[in-house]
Amino acid sequence: MIWSISADFERGSPHIETNCNYKMQYTNWPIKSNVMIEDIVTRIQDETEGVPIRTVKSFMTKIPSVVTGADIVQWLMKNLSIEDPAEAMHIGSLIAAQGYFFPISDHVLSLKDDGTFYRFQAPYFWPSNCWEPENTDYAIYLCKRTMQNKTRLELADYEAENLARLQRAFARKWEFIYMQAEAQVKIDRKKDKTERKILDSQERAFWDVHRPVPGCVNTTEMDIRKCRRMKNPHRVKKSVYGLAEEGTQSQSPIHTPSHHCRKGTKEDVEKEILFLNTQLDRHCMKMSKVAESLITYTEQYMEYDPFVTAPEPSNPWTSDDPSFWDLEASKEPSQQRVKKWGFSLEEALKDPAGQELFLKFLESEFSSENLRFWLAVQDLKRMPQQEVAQRAQDIWTEFLAEGAPSSINLDSHSYERTSQNLKDPGRYSYEDAQDHIYKLMKSDSYTRFLRSNVYQDLLMARKKVCVFLSVINTRVSSNMYFV
Amino acid sequence: MIYPPHVEYFLKIVFSETILRMCPHLLLWPCENPFRCRSLPAQRKIYMRSPPIPEMATQEVQLNETLAHLKTESETLKSKLEEERAKLHDVELHQVAEKVEGLGQFVMKTRRTLKGHGNKVLCMDWCKDKRRIVSSSQDGKVIVWDAFTTNKEHAVTMPCTWVMACAYAPSGCAVACGGLDNKCSVYPLSLDKNENLAAKKKSVAMHTNYLSACSFTNSDMQILTSSGDGTCALWDVESGQLLQSFHGHAADVLCLDLAPSETGNTFVSGGCDKKANVWDMRSGQCIQSFETHESDINSVRYYPSGDAFASGSDDATCRLYDLRADREVAIYSKESIIFGVSSVDFSLSGRLLFGGYNDYTINVWDVLKGTRVSILFGHENRVSTLRVSPDGTAFCTGSWDHTLRIWA
Repeated sequence: MIWSISADFERGSPHIETNCNYKMQYTNWPIKSNVMIEDIVTRIQDETEGVPIRTVKSFMTKIPSVVTGADIVQWLMKNLSIEDPAEAMHIGSLIAAQGYFFPISDHVLSLKDDGTFYRFQAPYFWPSNCWEPENTDYAIYLCKRTMQNKTRLELADYEAENLARLQRAFARKWEFIYMQAEAQVKIDRKKDKTERKILDSQERAFWDVHRPVPGCVNTTEMDIRKCRRMKNPHRVKKSVYGLAEEGTQSQSPIHTPSHHCRKGTKEDVEKEILFLNTQLDRHCMKMSKVAESLITYTEQYMEYDPFVTAPEPSNPWTSDDPSFWDLEASKEPSQQRVKKWGFSLEEALKDPAGQELFLKFLESEFSSENLRFWLAVQDLKRMPQQEVAQRAQDIWTEFLAEGAPSSINLDSHSYERTSQNLKDPGRYSYEDAQDHIYKLMKSDSYTRFLRSNVYQDLLMARKKVCVFLSVINTRVSSNMYFV
Repeated sequence: MIYPPHVEYFLKIVFSETILRMCPHLLLWPCENPFRCRSLPAQRKIYMRSPPIPEMATQEVQLNETLAHLKTESETLKSKLEEERAKLHDVELHQVAEKVEGLGQFVMKTRRTLKGHGNKVLCMDWCKDKRRIVSSSQDGKVIVWDAFTTNKEHAVTMPCTWVMACAYAPSGCAVACGGLDNKCSVYPLSLDKNENLAAKKKSVAMHTNYLSACSFTNSDMQILTSSGDGTCALWDVESGQLLQSFHGHAADVLCLDLAPSETGNTFVSGGCDKKANVWDMRSGQCIQSFETHESDINSVRYYPSGDAFASGSDDATCRLYDLRADREVAIYSKESIIFGVSSVDFSLSGRLLFGGYNDYTINVWDVLKGTRVSILFGHENRVSTLRVSPDGTAFCTGSWDHTLRIWA
């Protein structure tokens, strides 16, 4: 269990400005979830629209201000449009774990769909108040508990252990802590009995959030990337019991004072205006067309989507049988896979087997230089920076120079631009040319490829084999009858 | 060429003026390294401005007025743009999708649980072989697993905690990772299990704040990174050289995703400024921008065709943005979902969108109809990362409960 997180982020890095061993306090801040939860918690306690909160008579005592778990679950289901009670219990448990309501007889903060009694937390203790309770506060609290002679307020095992640990840690300060605890007890005694019951339980729930039962999730842990949005980054620690502050300022190790949201400078706004003007000139598609396009794409690929259509022979993860992967890796592509090559040139090229077949087809048509050029440029873009210039030159020599061995056909405009680019060869020198060649292949060679015998044979291949085998089978069986 | 000192001084003044005129970093970004551009204002002070004069006060007032004027202009343009886009918004996606057949009941369960991390799992990535994964955690450990057998194959201890980003190289021969050390380092994976991986580590990227995400491009030779310093950057792995940097986010960049197209050269990033930006990798320019989320964007992922992308945010919603419409086209949300989305990914066809949430669950959405298809329980703390496998047969989630789960 962690309640003081020592920041051992950096062991020797020069970049982080804070040193090791400083205690990092995570604070809660008004993030969207908290705002939404607080809205729910306010509504649920509403007199007319909320749950029935009442005092329950039990043996010789009264239990003030409680509501049953079942009532909370029902309210959540109705008001958050939840159909499954399990879902309502889950979300309710999370809200409880954050500290907005709690079971009156348990340290574990979860919601049960039964007659268990729950009480709502006082807004004073809500997470959004950015509590960072120190161990001194916790020590005072545990000490206070031991002074109250009530069985129901006896320390749980883990609390007793915590107290022992704190006594060792604060050995020198213990007198001070003890005195504070005594003072708290005196103040508490003066309060009204019912009020005391409620406040005691709320205080206990507060500590259940900040010093959770071992094994329970500590909901005060925060994502380190979000630490910047502290309400007050340089705040001094706030004591739950109003003790004088003890001085070390808390600071996010990532977001030092100099790190802040970039404010809009003149240059930024000018850049933004330029950007907006470009966007205004953009030609956009109508929503209806976009919707049709998304639907068409998805429908086409649904038979290939293992979550929608069960893969053949089986999904390796569910059957523990990896044959599906073996088949995919084999040299003989399935009919289904071959069909995919017909969806777009991109699909055909993405699949190594498809690429190989397309190349063979182009070779038969004596136009393979286009695809080879395209592949070479793809390769160029993947090279380490050092090798880029040389490779760009090689491509020029092979495909574009006068008398090149694999001369490709470019329009004069692209040719001009490309030769200009080659004056300072880089990985994007051939973008125009590559684009042009790709469009050429797509509109010309690719369409012929799909109609070609090599492709069609492969697409229908299985059928042919099956027909052949079945013919043999009947012949054999009919022969047998003859004999 | 060496000039006499007075000539040199003269040339310095002339040339710096020329540079300033050519590259005032307002309208053009011709520099390979915009970091150099940024230092120009300081030079400008030396060469163009003499020591402060009383006129300064008037100049400042003028500057503020100009700024206010510009801001108004910007706001006007924004409204005009919204107006233009709204004209093309003739129907909703889910309305057109009414004709599409509904999906049946799904049975998705945890098929593997990977235990071994000692603290919160922060990130994971799949290998192209469809069964290996790499994961990183708050305790500084990066582990490579064969998820199918659940065996650990490699483990590296990083010199920092909170390793927020990790990625598998396309070849399967290396992994990249980084986090609070502000760097992205590449570790080649050797077949010899006894070899000390840390010894072969190569530092590639250097940012001035935490590394939030990293991804190899189509090859082992380039890495794209995003950082808490508000920038993204493209690096050459071999030399560690910065190839291109991307400026435009006004706050931490939390996520990125490369366009799936073989021919494409774009990627999308999401940040704490609630914006999702689409970038051209060649020029470093932001080509499209979307700002409809109400809080940090934690995750962005392209739709498989590359024409759209989804985002997940702290505002508890996932949204779909189409690049051709230049607009948000769908929101995936429910009244009962009040915790942020940490991670999103599509199924192979793009029909399903999986979202990992801070309420420990995974919600599965029908992308076209906008409805929730399934809610999956299992993790005992926040789901921090979620990726679908390369062949779409399963998806993997990593959680603050120290485990990873494979679902199918």
